[in-house]
Amino acid sequence: MAGKKTRAKKKPRKRKAGAGRDLRRAGPGEIKVITGNYAVAYAAKLARVQVVSAYPITPQTSIVEKLSELCGSGELPAEFIKVESEHSAMSCLIGASLAGVRSFTATSSHGLAYMHEVLHWAAGQRLPIVLVNVNRAMGPGWNIWSDQTDSLAQRETGWAQFYCESNQEALDTVIQAFRVAEQALVPVMVVYDAFSLSHTSEAVELPAQEGVDRFLPAYKPAVKLDPADPRFFGGLVTPEHYMEQRWLLERDSRRILKLAAEAGREYGKITGRSYPVVEKYKAAGAEMLLLATGTIASTAKDVIDAWRARGRKVGLIRPRLFRPYPQEELRRICRGVKRVAVVDRNNSFGSGGVWCAETRSAFYDMPGKQRPQVLSYIAGLGGRDITTDVVDRILKMAWTGKAEPRGTWVDLKP
Amino acid sequence: MIRKAKKTKKKPGGKLGPRRGPATERMPSGAALPYRLDDCEGYTPGSVACPGCGGALAMRHFLRAMGPDTAVVIPACCWAILAGQFPYCSLTVPTVNCVFAAAAAVASGAGAGLRARGDTRTRVMAWVGDGGTYDIGLQSLSGALERNDDLLYVCYDNEAYMNTGIQRSSSTPPGAWTTTTPQGKPRPKKNIMEIVTAHRIPYAATVSVAFPEDLRNKVEKAREIRGAKFIHVLSPCPPGWKSLSNETVKLARLAVDTKIAPLYEVEDGLRWRLTAEPRGLPVEEFLSRQGRFSRLAEPDIRRIQAEVDRNWAVLKRQAEVNPL
Repeated sequence: MAGKKTRAKKKPRKRKAGAGRDLRRAGPGEIKVITGNYAVAYAAKLARVQVVSAYPITPQTSIVEKLSELCGSGELPAEFIKVESEHSAMSCLIGASLAGVRSFTATSSHGLAYMHEVLHWAAGQRLPIVLVNVNRAMGPGWNIWSDQTDSLAQRETGWAQFYCESNQEALDTVIQAFRVAEQALVPVMVVYDAFSLSHTSEAVELPAQEGVDRFLPAYKPAVKLDPADPRFFGGLVTPEHYMEQRWLLERDSRRILKLAAEAGREYGKITGRSYPVVEKYKAAGAEMLLLATGTIASTAKDVIDAWRARGRKVGLIRPRLFRPYPQEELRRICRGVKRVAVVDRNNSFGSGGVWCAETRSAFYDMPGKQRPQVLSYIAGLGGRDITTDVVDRILKMAWTGKAEPRGTWVDLKP
Repeated sequence: MIRKAKKTKKKPGGKLGPRRGPATERMPSGAALPYRLDDCEGYTPGSVACPGCGGALAMRHFLRAMGPDTAVVIPACCWAILAGQFPYCSLTVPTVNCVFAAAAAVASGAGAGLRARGDTRTRVMAWVGDGGTYDIGLQSLSGALERNDDLLYVCYDNEAYMNTGIQRSSSTPPGAWTTTTPQGKPRPKKNIMEIVTAHRIPYAATVSVAFPEDLRNKVEKAREIRGAKFIHVLSPCPPGWKSLSNETVKLARLAVDTKIAPLYEVEDGLRWRLTAEPRGLPVEEFLSRQGRFSRLAEPDIRRIQAEVDRNWAVLKRQAEVNPL
């Protein structure tokens, strides 16, 4: 206790962001024209993952194939456990991560759902595993196209979730995800759209390994599976201690907002590409903001340009993080904006769009005059195209405040 | 959440502090003890196991043979409780709890992680009940065996879901009462060894807590083999079998001597060897000491005897035709 008091008297020294880290700009990387799936496979290699365990599922399969190739050729010196299910894929990574090594997997849709109980354990055991999920619709009927319901349904598992807009961002986010995960000891999911990213080739810069190594130092956990220092992981816990363990996870989940912002900035210093937690596009002075995620945001940017050209004050915001949800930052950005229109490629049955519900909840405590009206639009479920025309219609409805409380289903056939 | 296991004395050379018994300790028969007194004692006193728990006894024997360089993976089963509750742990080796269906996968991953870290000494032992082996965990077990991942998978088989209060599993023997088979189980016990050996893994064996020397030999053999190893240990459960807590070892011995749970080992899934010659007692000797079989009538017992004899004949033939 005495020691604690002395420490409390000391003036807390604020750590300078990036202190002790070498943030010099790294040399140029290699440009490759690759799909989103190949991009994240290369990201895993750049992150020097040590154990990979994955099970193929459309549209994620080419990640597994590429990683098999990289591990098989020795280009990526990692153990690849070719498991018989996604449940085992995540379980293998729990074992590997407990042994103290960097671990990676990728899945999609039903694969992610099959992992569900193990996701809780990965987070509860505080293991910094990184998982790539290619957003795909849940059955029935079988649908392999883009839809966010699979990953959003994992909201309460304790995993952080990043959503990406481009192949480059997918690669960059996987590398940042490992750093954030290992700092907070919280597992991180990196999410992007089926086909429009997973199977579409774009020019992607693979950053120089030297820069990545400076940004992401080797993972050295304080405790691990080690007979010289025997520990007990995940054993029975009674009501006397359970809440405190969950609080520690909650506390560190909140820390991720800051860590992700810092990672996005420092990554920019090293590679030239920085990433904010919430991307703003022509948001300054906007009367109405469109909130969109993933590739919908790319399409929407064209529509925003057209509306701006016509003198309409509209802009776009794109949260990259879903868990933890950047409530404070969204409140700050949207303060005084008249309307925020949310496009959801997902649905929580009986409630509505998930991003909309999160945003409404974030805005609820704002003073009335500052609080934007939040309008909800459900579009593009099961991979139906969200074209510029669809976004344009959403903006038109939103501009006049037209939306059903639980979300207007756009383009619904009679 | 990570917690510190109970403090353990460390000896030079990384050995865990042994608990020494009196040097003259011998078996009632006067024979020497099957284990050395300076063995690793990986299981500390104060466990919450039921009196006469065969699974607890088995863990003690296994850890003695495995030594301190062992990591244990335990899914949902009785041992998820026996290993202790936060912040205590009854084992002195690193212990991981995991979800019900995933013990083999977590053990595979732990092995891969240890190798990736450069630790080639630590052995991973999955410690799983019959529910987690025969039923819900069969898929991940099969996956790990087929990949020949480097792990020792132990099934301590108490022949029902005992941790949830005695519900039938596919390991429950025919005729046995459980809370979900109040009239007795109509179907035979699943033959897990045939399933396991069909994977052609380097080593599979059955052991008994009543034959600790045989147990030790097999575990030590398995410990030195790289690849997938499977050991089955029948674990009498006084509350579930409705047996006397001081008859656990006796029941385990009767299971062997009645040929209900014969002792053998199999290499590469192809070469079989019986490691104990059963005395060939009638099954009734084993069944009559357990309340779970109390409703069996004479014809039921004859049917069980016939089934046991058939299984024994198949096993004996295997050992003759494809000897080790």
